[in-house]
Amino acid sequence: MPGLSFDLIAMQLFTGLALGAIYVLFAIGLSLIFGMLTVVNFAHGAFYMVGAYVGLFLISLGGNFWLCLVAVPLIVGISGMIVERFLIRPLYGRGIDYPLLLTFGLSYIMVELIRIGFGTSGYPFDTPDLLQGAVNIGIGYFPLYRLFVIGAAAVVLLGLWLFLERTSFGLIIRAGARDPQIVRVLGVDVARVWLYVFGIGTAIAGLAGLLAAPLQGVIPEMGANILAEAFVVTVVGGMGSIGGAVIAGLLVGVVISMTSLFAPEMAKVSIFALMAIVLLIRPQGFFGRAGLMS
Amino acid sequence: MLQVARLNAWYGASHVLQDIGLDVKQGEIVCLIGRNGAGKTTTLKSIMGLVKTGGSTIFKGKEILSEPAHTRFALGLAYVPEERRIVQGLSVRENLRLGLVASPAKKNEAALIDEIADIFPRLAERLDQEAVTMSGGEQQMLAIARAMIAKPDLIMLDEPSEGIMPVLVDEMFELFRKMKTQGTTILLVEQNVELALAIADRAYVLDQGSVVHHATAAALLADDEIKERYCSV
Ligand SMILES: Nc1ncnc2c1ncn2[C@@H]1O[C@H](COP(=O)(O)OP(=O)(O)O)[C@@H](O)[C@H]1O
Ligand SMILES: [Mg+2]
Repeated sequence: MPGLSFDLIAMQLFTGLALGAIYVLFAIGLSLIFGMLTVVNFAHGAFYMVGAYVGLFLISLGGNFWLCLVAVPLIVGISGMIVERFLIRPLYGRGIDYPLLLTFGLSYIMVELIRIGFGTSGYPFDTPDLLQGAVNIGIGYFPLYRLFVIGAAAVVLLGLWLFLERTSFGLIIRAGARDPQIVRVLGVDVARVWLYVFGIGTAIAGLAGLLAAPLQGVIPEMGANILAEAFVVTVVGGMGSIGGAVIAGLLVGVVISMTSLFAPEMAKVSIFALMAIVLLIRPQGFFGRAGLMS
Repeated sequence: MLQVARLNAWYGASHVLQDIGLDVKQGEIVCLIGRNGAGKTTTLKSIMGLVKTGGSTIFKGKEILSEPAHTRFALGLAYVPEERRIVQGLSVRENLRLGLVASPAKKNEAALIDEIADIFPRLAERLDQEAVTMSGGEQQMLAIARAMIAKPDLIMLDEPSEGIMPVLVDEMFELFRKMKTQGTTILLVEQNVELALAIADRAYVLDQGSVVHHATAAALLADDEIKERYCSV
């Protein structure tokens, strides 16, 4: 094909990684929540969307992007904790479908509230001044902001990894995800752990929404749009696996951006093809435990 | 230390324990025996707060019936379940740390792990090994060590010798004897009746969710009729 140089492909690979970084952030929260609470959080996309809108709102009040990086996850995470405490907690012990239906309905309510508050049409979201322009990464000029997104996702992942591997609370989460009863008899108030895990998962979703905003703009449906990709990431990576979410998230980002280079109309379909192939070879996904839902 | 009275327990609609009464004094080893399905596991779970119960459970002078399991642990009650419940993906050391995460003793973690490693040399050699790769007996030792590390006042053990090599069983019962001399109170459920009665002070015999007999361990050890009637499988 004419014009398709090695450099162009390499650049597109980087674009895919930036896109994948957003999916990774989105999916690790989803995985963390599922792994610990066995709640399939269908409102995850709505929290992602709210993250972008909270950023938009804070900036309209005169805040800057850097402040948003801290405030958005905090605000979205606290909203997530309120939702867990008052809406999801009463449903524990009733089977996986109750919280699933609840979060599904909740996502519609959240989207509708945003439409009422901010209108149905979208907004552009300015790339922060410091991150405008492009830098030479050896193979060509790459938008600085995308590089920042990759870096930010890496920092969040590293932080989450250190938190899970090095702290007592992380140990409780790792153990509780496998065996809630044993952490309970070892003195842990599991309900409180679930509350924080839901908060952490939704906070990361909010951050992902904020990071995506300068790339894609802000619309009420942005959460529903990413849910399809997140679904693929979760299936490919393995339900409840954080490592799986990272690898599959990046893979899905790269597959989308590569197909859009060669056959743009196939971009969305390609990831479902990827999912089908993975499912045929390894039904539980890369890192999933077989029979988790049975 | 522990007084249980008129304890009833339910799994959903099925009424599994009927008016269980038992007490365990400071420093004793008390044994619960009875055949499969008699309600021994359910009794321990009820005392730990893991099943729906009614009646009275007084621990160290405090009514704990309405307290959740994690509060009971904080009061000094420990429980080693029947299934070993060694958490996958965690090392031996992490499993031991898990026994301290909710305890005020957490700040002495390193010293307490050293101390427990002295008591369990088998675990000391394997601190950084993935726990589920150990043998069944070693995993059971780890489950006991994890429950002991925060120094509970009363430890409840559900069939600790089940499915374990005889040499390890002897080691384990030797350990229980040592724990007793150091002041730990033990409530023990065992199928291995002779072995359990040999180290116990007293025993309760359960059948169909009720206490049917209660005697000193020595008396019960000599009472072949009761053993035959309620403990043969
Ligand atoms: N999760 C459960 N749901 C319903 N019934 C149960 C459950 N666990 C145990 N049972 C029933 O309760 C009774 C007592 O069981 P259990 O306490 O496990 O006995 P043991 O430990 O003495 O063998 C048995 O009849 C058993 O079938
Ligand atoms: Mg039992």
